[in-house]
Amino acid sequence: MNMPMPNLQPLMPEILFLCFALIIMILELFLKSKETVGLLVIVAVAATAYLFPQSFGTTFSGMFISDGYSSFFKFVFLLNLTLTILISIRYIQIERAEFGEYYTILMFSTLGMMIMASAGDLIVLYLGLELMALSTYILAAFIRHDARSTEASLKYFLLGAFSSAILLYGIMLIYGLAGTTDIMKLSALLLKSNMKLQTLFAIVMVTVAFGFKIALVPFHMWAPDVYEGAPTSITAFMSVGPKAAGFAVIGRVFLTGFEGFTPDWRLLLIVLSIATMAIGNILAIQQQNLKRMLAYSSVAHAGYAVLGVIAGGSEGLSSMMNYLLIYAFMNIGAFSIIILLRNEQERIETLEQIRGLAKNHPFTSALMLIFMFSLTGIPPTAGFIGKFFIFRSLVYAGYAWLAVVAVVFSVISAFFYLRVVMYMYMYEPSETAEQALAPSAPLGLALFITAVMVILIGLYPEPFISFARVVTG
Amino acid sequence: MVPLHWYLWLSAVVFSVGMFGFLTRRNVIIMFLSIELMLNGVNIGLVALSHYMQDLRGQVLTLFVIAVAAAEAAIGLAIVIAMFRNRQTVHVDEIKEMKG
Repeated sequence: MNMPMPNLQPLMPEILFLCFALIIMILELFLKSKETVGLLVIVAVAATAYLFPQSFGTTFSGMFISDGYSSFFKFVFLLNLTLTILISIRYIQIERAEFGEYYTILMFSTLGMMIMASAGDLIVLYLGLELMALSTYILAAFIRHDARSTEASLKYFLLGAFSSAILLYGIMLIYGLAGTTDIMKLSALLLKSNMKLQTLFAIVMVTVAFGFKIALVPFHMWAPDVYEGAPTSITAFMSVGPKAAGFAVIGRVFLTGFEGFTPDWRLLLIVLSIATMAIGNILAIQQQNLKRMLAYSSVAHAGYAVLGVIAGGSEGLSSMMNYLLIYAFMNIGAFSIIILLRNEQERIETLEQIRGLAKNHPFTSALMLIFMFSLTGIPPTAGFIGKFFIFRSLVYAGYAWLAVVAVVFSVISAFFYLRVVMYMYMYEPSETAEQALAPSAPLGLALFITAVMVILIGLYPEPFISFARVVTG
Repeated sequence: MVPLHWYLWLSAVVFSVGMFGFLTRRNVIIMFLSIELMLNGVNIGLVALSHYMQDLRGQVLTLFVIAVAAAEAAIGLAIVIAMFRNRQTVHVDEIKEMKG
């Protein structure tokens, strides 16, 4: 049998990244200092990012697509990985979970996300998703001696595996109806099969599965427990990475693969997004634990990002991509502050514990204030720009009423974000807030990058906005 | 020859039994088994469709699903063991440190 060699050029970043991951996995056995391993991963990230511009194209008969859209998402994933490593280095020492595998598993998870963003076929999509998800289950349980960490991982694993099974059933139905798993050809073939009811059932199954992955209400119930229990650095990682990967896939599958059924899935997503924004923002109000509050906030933010998919077109997609990029900076920034507060003695995670933080740690409080303002969407921070372009694309698409609903929930969210600021600035210090912080150079760098980007995108958004618009064409 | 829809019904039934088991049983190991049952329900459907359409994609996906399920089993059981060392239970109703 004669098999022509497929064109590997579009796949080069992934291949290089995988080689780096495998080499680092072996090197890590001989390296005493785990900081060096983290540094090596950042070198791998830089080398991979360097290959993106030359990698455009389609290969393996349409199964793997590398274009501007996927490259933008891969950029977000690599950024997420870099920031996560910077905030992890000191943190995993404090949590006594400093194993070299930590970094390689982070790399494998990121590789899975990159494959998802480039998937042109449902089979590739499933494999990328599983590589990402299986790695993240391990990372969530990384503090093995901590009951909360393993509990979080167990919950994440059970619901994640359950949702993948549902996704597979949806893929099976689509395969049966269309006779193919190629996302590009799906729409026409599904319309030709003339079985609307069955197709809609398959679309619902796929929506449910992705809803689990990006934590849309009513499939969000795992998120608060998992985000609270997992190591904080991993919470930061998985509140951005897997979520952005889920959106990358939704953007491609729904807008291309299910194009012929746009009115139907749009209705479904509108219902889900309103429920997500409502439940996420309202339940966040009663949270005392900061990690748990940020978990509900991340549920709510997924609701805003879905609005970009509902608006559709290159305008909606680019606003959704921008939102995820901005969300990466502000969310990882907020989690970095929680990591900074974690010292050798205890976890400082609740509102009571940060009471009056500004008295002793004015600089830390000021940074937290920036991130909280940005998550609320107050100008001149990046969060405002993200929300503004999402709402604008909604209005252009003729969903002005939905934009109004989103703004209302955005106002509700100000209550719990600004309450954090109030606790830090307007109360007398509690005992815990007077304790020493656990600063380190990499964590400082991560905080510097995130804070500067949040302000910079807020003041001067033009290059970022046009970048996303150019890559979506 | 057995008609295609028999296989699809079998696939749907096996999948539903797995889903029902996942939602009703409270032992982690049994819940995990139920997920495997759901995956195998999908596999039956994929292989049947692949055979009737004379298209190999379905069988390729089935092989991948089996491989991924094996990896998932390894990771899942490892997590269950780590959990058991901390808590001495495999009953999900007793795993409730975090709530709200």
